[in-house]
Amino acid sequence: MNIITDVRKDYILSKIRDGERVDGRAFDEFRKIEIETGLIEKAEGSALVKLGNTQVIVGVKMQVGEPFPDSPDKGIIITNAELVPLASPIFEPGPPDENSIELARVVDRGIRESEAIDLSKLCIEEGKKVWIIFIDIHALDDDGNLLDASAIAAISALLNTRVPAERFGVGEDFPLPVRNLPVAVTSMIIEDKILVDPSKDEKSVSNSFITITTDVDDNIVSIQKSGSYLLKEEKFYEVLDISIEKAREIRELLKEV
Amino acid sequence: MSEDIKLIVNGKRIDGRAFDELRNIRIEAGVLKNADGSCYLEMGRNKIMAAVYGPRKVQPRHLADPVKAIVRYRYNMAPFSVEERKRPGPDRRSVEISKVSREALESIIMTELFPRSSIDIFVEVLQADAGSRTACLNAASVALVDAGIPMRGIITSVAVAKVDGHIVLDPVKEEDNFGEADIPFAFFIRNGKIESIALLQMDGKLTKNELIEAVKLAKKGVMEIYKLQREAIMKKYIVEDVE
Repeated sequence: MNIITDVRKDYILSKIRDGERVDGRAFDEFRKIEIETGLIEKAEGSALVKLGNTQVIVGVKMQVGEPFPDSPDKGIIITNAELVPLASPIFEPGPPDENSIELARVVDRGIRESEAIDLSKLCIEEGKKVWIIFIDIHALDDDGNLLDASAIAAISALLNTRVPAERFGVGEDFPLPVRNLPVAVTSMIIEDKILVDPSKDEKSVSNSFITITTDVDDNIVSIQKSGSYLLKEEKFYEVLDISIEKAREIRELLKEV
Repeated sequence: MSEDIKLIVNGKRIDGRAFDELRNIRIEAGVLKNADGSCYLEMGRNKIMAAVYGPRKVQPRHLADPVKAIVRYRYNMAPFSVEERKRPGPDRRSVEISKVSREALESIIMTELFPRSSIDIFVEVLQADAGSRTACLNAASVALVDAGIPMRGIITSVAVAKVDGHIVLDPVKEEDNFGEADIPFAFFIRNGKIESIALLQMDGKLTKNELIEAVKLAKKGVMEIYKLQREAIMKKYIVEDVE
């Protein structure tokens, strides 16, 4: 056990009790968000998102493939996340662990359930050929809340995606039909308080999180309670309101992408 | 999603249930000899076997926590449990379900009493028909009690779905596949009272008010399941009493 870490934890905790955060933010304040798109020319779409010091890059690749039997006229989304050891001293090489699987699946659900991509426009030949969209999340620097950063990067990269039809000999290239903007908002619940966009520092004092993803009409499209803790019903509704409000703010940034 | 399938007809659901009605549930505690605690549970056509081993020595040893027990949870689907054979072994869905289910139970198990030990929960889905993660948690809870693991209360779980615009309790496969939203819940119940939410996931599309309605319906459902969990545990121990 690291003594310095314990002192630091006490400090973070005492700040929170006093209604403050170590980096000076308000409890409902996100860190600065920067979005850069189109930086990987080889990808059909890409985005680098900085959320404070957290950095994540998402690349979108597309391929022609066979549809699923239960949706013969719809394109396919496949989302994957790699928490590469470059991004954090605690990430290890190897097959995806439960955290990267959860991350990818929560981001995927936001995109899928908000019907952000019009999959019916990605059918080439019913029952035979459809577009497969690979959304690959690549963490670069984990300073907390990789999830929200990944979700912002994923939708930004999709907005930046052109379907490479010419390369596959199936017509002309066209922009990916994106029609919704899902935004994930993760909060940490500690000492009965709700902190949005927890930093790595703050995550050292609690592992009680909830991620709520909403769409352009403020519908809730995905929820994931994460971490071993018990959530009070009233707190849940409180988080819900905060998440809807914060998502609206972030969506304004996405509209500029 | 699908337009051809009508999931609600004359205010009744596809299997004839009312909106707030659970499927039939059968629970039996202590059904396995090797395990320290076990439970067999049926929830509709879900057939679940849960076993608990521990507290026991952690294997491999480096995973041991000097201040508390570690909790492990493995949700596993049998290859024959679904329509199309499932490839054996953990897939991404199972890994995620195992994670959130473990977290739900971890929050009520008194792990601080057993440093350097592990409490291992294995749940096998022998047949799946929507809501298998909730059925598994209900079975795991009973198995934990059967194993005598000290807990702050019990976890009881149920899913709620939005189907043809209605919020319904404990959906079956068709409702899950073609419905508009699926929300698995697990609640922490202590002394017969719902205290808080231990597991919460959701995918689909819902307004805030529909979500509040869903919580209400889920709470009604878990209280009924909780009674059955209690009965199953009582039944086993009363039998032992007679012997």
